[in-house]
Amino acid sequence: MSDAVADDVPLHRTLGLTDAEAARIVELMGREPTDPELVMFSLMWSEHCSYKHSKPLLSGFPTTGPRVVMGPGENAGAVDVGDGLAIVFKVESHNHPSAVEPFQGAATGVGGIVRDIIAVGAKPIALLNSLRFGALDSARSRFLFRRAVEGIGHYGNCIGIPNVGGEVQFDERYEDSCLVNAMCVGVVPQDRILSCAARGVGNRLVLIGNRTGRDGIGGASVLASAELGDDDADKRPSVQVGDPFTERKLIDLCLAMSEAGLLVALQDLGAAGLTSAASEMASRGGVGLSIDLDRVPLREEGMAPGEVLVSESQERMLAIVEPAQMDAVVGMARRHELDATDIGEVTDTGELEALWRGEEVVRIPSLYLTDDVPFCEVPRDPAPAPEAIDLSSVPEPDDLGRAWLALLADPNVASKRWVFEQYDQLVGANTMRRPGGDAGVVRIPGTNRAIAVTLDCAEWLTELNPYDGGVASVLEAARNVACTGAVPIAATDCLNYANPEKGSTGWRLAESIRGMADALTAIGAPIVSGNVSLYNESPRGPIYPTPVVGVVGLLDDASTSIGTAFARRDDAILLIGHGEPRVDASRYLGRCAGSPPPPDPDADAALYRLLATCARERLLASAHDISEGGLAVAVAESAIAGGIGAGVAVPAGRRADEAMFGEGGGRVIASCHPSDVAAVSALAGDGVHVIQIGAVGGDDVIIDAGGSVARVPLHDLARVWEGSIPEALEAQ
Amino acid sequence: MSATRVAVLRFPGTLDHESAARAVEGTGGEPVYAHHEDAALPAGTRAVVIPGGFSYGDHLRPGALASRTPIMGAVRAHAADGGKVLGICNGFQILCESGLLPGVLRPNASLSFICRQADLQVADSGTPWTGGRNEGEVLSIPFKHHDGAWFGDPGEARVVLRYAGENPNGSIDKVAGISNLGGNVMGLMPHPEEAQEPLLGSVDGRVLFAALLS
Repeated sequence: MSDAVADDVPLHRTLGLTDAEAARIVELMGREPTDPELVMFSLMWSEHCSYKHSKPLLSGFPTTGPRVVMGPGENAGAVDVGDGLAIVFKVESHNHPSAVEPFQGAATGVGGIVRDIIAVGAKPIALLNSLRFGALDSARSRFLFRRAVEGIGHYGNCIGIPNVGGEVQFDERYEDSCLVNAMCVGVVPQDRILSCAARGVGNRLVLIGNRTGRDGIGGASVLASAELGDDDADKRPSVQVGDPFTERKLIDLCLAMSEAGLLVALQDLGAAGLTSAASEMASRGGVGLSIDLDRVPLREEGMAPGEVLVSESQERMLAIVEPAQMDAVVGMARRHELDATDIGEVTDTGELEALWRGEEVVRIPSLYLTDDVPFCEVPRDPAPAPEAIDLSSVPEPDDLGRAWLALLADPNVASKRWVFEQYDQLVGANTMRRPGGDAGVVRIPGTNRAIAVTLDCAEWLTELNPYDGGVASVLEAARNVACTGAVPIAATDCLNYANPEKGSTGWRLAESIRGMADALTAIGAPIVSGNVSLYNESPRGPIYPTPVVGVVGLLDDASTSIGTAFARRDDAILLIGHGEPRVDASRYLGRCAGSPPPPDPDADAALYRLLATCARERLLASAHDISEGGLAVAVAESAIAGGIGAGVAVPAGRRADEAMFGEGGGRVIASCHPSDVAAVSALAGDGVHVIQIGAVGGDDVIIDAGGSVARVPLHDLARVWEGSIPEALEAQ
Repeated sequence: MSATRVAVLRFPGTLDHESAARAVEGTGGEPVYAHHEDAALPAGTRAVVIPGGFSYGDHLRPGALASRTPIMGAVRAHAADGGKVLGICNGFQILCESGLLPGVLRPNASLSFICRQADLQVADSGTPWTGGRNEGEVLSIPFKHHDGAWFGDPGEARVVLRYAGENPNGSIDKVAGISNLGGNVMGLMPHPEEAQEPLLGSVDGRVLFAALLS
């Protein structure tokens, strides 16, 4: 890693440390650090590993509740879902590597989040992705989009975890800094949950899985904790290379070892590799760890000790094993055709030690690496509050039907089938609701329960009003889950932001976290895990503040789940929820502008309760969240999914186009047997309205907004909605 | 009478062994795992399932390495004795690579992985694999593969299932599944083990597991 270092630049600066941080390291250590020690500090004190800009803000999140088995701080959070089982989940970013090399960047993002789940001892049962790229008229964005999707498919399909949902958005603000967030969900008996805390002086430190090479050196600091620039191609060696076949063997091996009770603790090797894994395990367990670097199986010769310590080679785990179990661990690994190597032991010093060719090259109290990073106060300069859109400035379309089709063709609204058909959605034979609906629904293996999972974000609103955007990001995800009939029980978050030291980004970060926290508290869904990705910014500008929220919901009876598709001719169509549609910050407006009314978490929570009750009583045939594109798009999507037309009539409100395409509030398009309308209405309350607006049937979809009528054949809506993204990719 | 014992093969990288075993169980059979390095099938094995996945990470060619493992010698002997073998997805690829079924599976015409629910038309009602369904009847079974375009001479096999409607992957003659001329070895790209329960959307895959156990 020293090839590019000019002689006159101090090492700490080329490693990404500030002069003040370097001075602090000398002060802590009471001496000059060795080169390997400085490398370790640079990684562990990077934003990516330390959250030095965001950690003080994250303490506002609700993280406890009756279902929380394990909150933030471990590899992933866990919640009680009954039957002695816990659902384990986390979302994580792999943005910067994906911007530099999208195929491997996205693929290893999947691999990394899966290892977080297996580190807890859980069996992975679902994957999701939240992706953002530049507009599809850009060749670079099309390339990143295609290759990232291929990379996710390549890795995820080969490891046998179904991909059940997620989202994809396109906006020129992500042209240089694409976002690739991956979420994994697992299941584990609660009495078998593993911690990463190292325990038991004399216990062995065991490296499991792949050999260690030079790939991914400096990924966390050089790549993930700095803005992207013109020399990004030079950073390509910092991107790791994934091997899903080895990951599959690693999943099987870790589960088998956990089931056999062979492990004291388990931790995955992610950003900063062995350094991060070992220091986390030592700090968490309040012990020391001694590593003999000469025993680490290497993939290539001539690696320096610092390189071995921070390599981000993939498909590796670090375990603490009692000496008496070592033979069993090594034997089991051999049967899975993997290495398990004794590379050191647990000590009582509280220090991380590393030996190289018999000499001590590292001795750092592990807390210096994990807990003593100097936190940075982010500047909180508010951006001016935007004005509401003057509706008279928005041209009224001559033909509402044509405007409707144009909206369905917007790649942000259009079907993402081109994406999710490249993912195995079904492996494991537990997938009940596949991608393309509001949330994926997966049966919890061996039970009659199911979980509903989704990822969502309201980045435009977060740009305009970060507090409201944080609230809306939570509510949109939770509403998606609620539309399946599930009760939202917990959440995970991936905070993707630009450079927090610039402009109003720090303020947006702080405000949106505050909004998310308030909304999560209101709906009773604590955060159990999360991730922060900053510096998503290039010379051409920052990304939108993008707080991606993953919500997990629970269905006690899997067979009661609700889909988005209209099911039967003559079913009543209901508009359920609260709030009024506005063009502000809508896809119909087509730009990030305006000032919508604030979202209402309490009314949304009441809506979720209503949907869950209706599901339990089997009253609804379908339910679909009204989100991007408004009511007209939601009705069209339910009709397309069911292969059956519909006719609805709603008041025009301020204007017919706003009634059809406006967004906002918490609103759902549902359908039920006509004889059940009264029962659904009777269950509503707490500010939630249930209005019958039409019926399922026919070959057209018809919307009457206060007398202005749009009528389009179902097959035309479907053709445009499904064809948009493939056509955008093929046309070039 | 004890349940019919069905060997469910596992290679490194096999993914669908649990769902295949569940489907065997649901059909009233007794699934037993057999591993790549085993030289013989479990005692009392009456039928064999080779489930889907990415055996050996698809290194070299899908199915190529798995077809040369010791357990496949035992499967060859089982098939030569007239025993039933059902290969699903990667299992179909392994059967072709082993020479137990003719032809090869090439990459999809789109060159991308496709996961989709498909209508499959019964093309030959004379094999045991479609449980007496008439030619032209349709089964709804999902497929998901990158290398699923069968290429070979349909005259060397019995075409049991074809994709209804458009050809999704460029398969010759829209072939989705074939059996050998003897009718005891069947391979298909779609996944009948994922079409076993109303909760998951279709039960049309049951007919293939029923045939395996009959």
